[in-house]
Amino acid sequence: MSKRIKLEAKDLNGYYGDFHALKNINIAMEEKAVTAFIGPSGCGKSTFLRTFNRMNDYIEGFRAEGEILIDGKDIYRKDVRVDELRKEVGMVFQKPNPFPKSIYENVVYGLKIQGIKKKSVLEEAAETSLRRAALWEEVKDKLHKSALALSGGQQQRLCIARALAISPSILLMDEPASALDPISTAKVEELIYELKNDYTIVIVTHNMQQAGRVSDYTAFFYMGELVEFNKTKTMFTSPKDERTQNYITGRFG
Amino acid sequence: MTNSDINRLKDKAFQFFGIFCTFIGLVVLAIFLFDIILEGAARIDWDFLTSLPSRRASRAGILTAWVGTLWILVLTTIIAFPLGVAAGVYLEEYSTKNRLNNFLEINIANLAGVPSIIYGLLGLEIFVRQMRLGGSLLAGALTLSLLILPIIIVTTREAIKAVPRSIRDGSFALGASKWQTVWNQVLPASFGGILTGIILALSRAVGEAAPLIVIGALAYVPFTPSTPLDEFTVLPIQIFNWTSRPQEAFLTNAAAAIIILLIITFMLNGLAVYLRNKQQKKIKW
Repeated sequence: MSKRIKLEAKDLNGYYGDFHALKNINIAMEEKAVTAFIGPSGCGKSTFLRTFNRMNDYIEGFRAEGEILIDGKDIYRKDVRVDELRKEVGMVFQKPNPFPKSIYENVVYGLKIQGIKKKSVLEEAAETSLRRAALWEEVKDKLHKSALALSGGQQQRLCIARALAISPSILLMDEPASALDPISTAKVEELIYELKNDYTIVIVTHNMQQAGRVSDYTAFFYMGELVEFNKTKTMFTSPKDERTQNYITGRFG
Repeated sequence: MTNSDINRLKDKAFQFFGIFCTFIGLVVLAIFLFDIILEGAARIDWDFLTSLPSRRASRAGILTAWVGTLWILVLTTIIAFPLGVAAGVYLEEYSTKNRLNNFLEINIANLAGVPSIIYGLLGLEIFVRQMRLGGSLLAGALTLSLLILPIIIVTTREAIKAVPRSIRDGSFALGASKWQTVWNQVLPASFGGILTGIILALSRAVGEAAPLIVIGALAYVPFTPSTPLDEFTVLPIQIFNWTSRPQEAFLTNAAAAIIILLIITFMLNGLAVYLRNKQQKKIKW
């Protein structure tokens, strides 16, 4: 069963100044599937992830060459507006980063900056997003309390709810569970499993078991190169490249 | 005596030396305060606060001086606050590393070190003469604004810098523009720090006499100013004037006025400390 291609990179090269961080990457990711990026620290997987919503634009000296296509459209073209792009591509970061505001204000922030003011719309979006992020039951009585009072795991699910509130079709996750305890991690993983019915998810992870549990496809990066990209099951049972095998059997990284 | 005994002795010796150094400043300040309060406290009464200046020490009051100080405080805040915060936000959030911005940054640091009397001369030329404001409250407030702008810019930048990168990333990732991120996230999160800096800068401005004397603020103003274009005096000038009189009674007046000035600055500093603590309690990154 072949599904539609949602995300694509064509001959993508990325540089930090003189440092060649992403080397000629070609990849095509399916719609409504979970793709995991794995690889040792500094291999470029986070940098690559951040090209899909152009978060690298804020890093001084970074430049990208080649194409990143979302639904077939190159997002590095001059006429693409990043705010429009980011409505389509949500992002969750490594460390939970709730705003120092109330839970409610966190969730509706993305809508408010789009100029939506109607209270009924905002409240409904807040509830829907919090339910989707499996957080509603825990916070429904304290929506107007500070988000900073939540536990780390709850904060991360709040950040997921916040990203979902602007109805993206793609969710980028940069090691979303690496700062969380095992129980919170399990909850986030469960959530990813749920969300892939409606979203195309790309997740960067250091945790091999996590990649195995949550992803349909896995891409292995090494020194800025995409070494291998395949179905997760295939990749973990019979990797083609020696470097992949060494990495997933724990010989380096 | 063994080596380690000697080391321990040196350690103790330095400790006492350190305590001594710490106390020098405080003791001198305490003696000064004690002296001033002893001399001036009895002079402070309602009449002293509500009387106009007079050639007779016993009838002279500081009404025009403290009203002038209040005017200056308010006008300086209105002028320096938006300018300083905007400049700080620009330098921290918008400016990229290039020669012009490097040049700006170095010179703002330099400006903070320029003696206040130089600002007075600058104010005299630009505001009093070129802009024809005369020795007015507005000219004084503009001059003091220039004086404290570097302080406000530097503290604004520090406060903004303390807001973690991850907050900005979170905002950008939701499609916010730079301005939306600054306005909705960065400024609210750093507002306590910015406010603290402004209050400390103002408490410096309140104590300045030299630049205001240079631009032509008067010691004797027989009325309280009612518009920003009126002539004025401030507490430090009044104090300076009284301390230069030969009569003993005026020295008492000066001491009393010093107490009032100190109360104002201590209140401003106290407010700054209070706001800083409140901010630290509210937000823990």
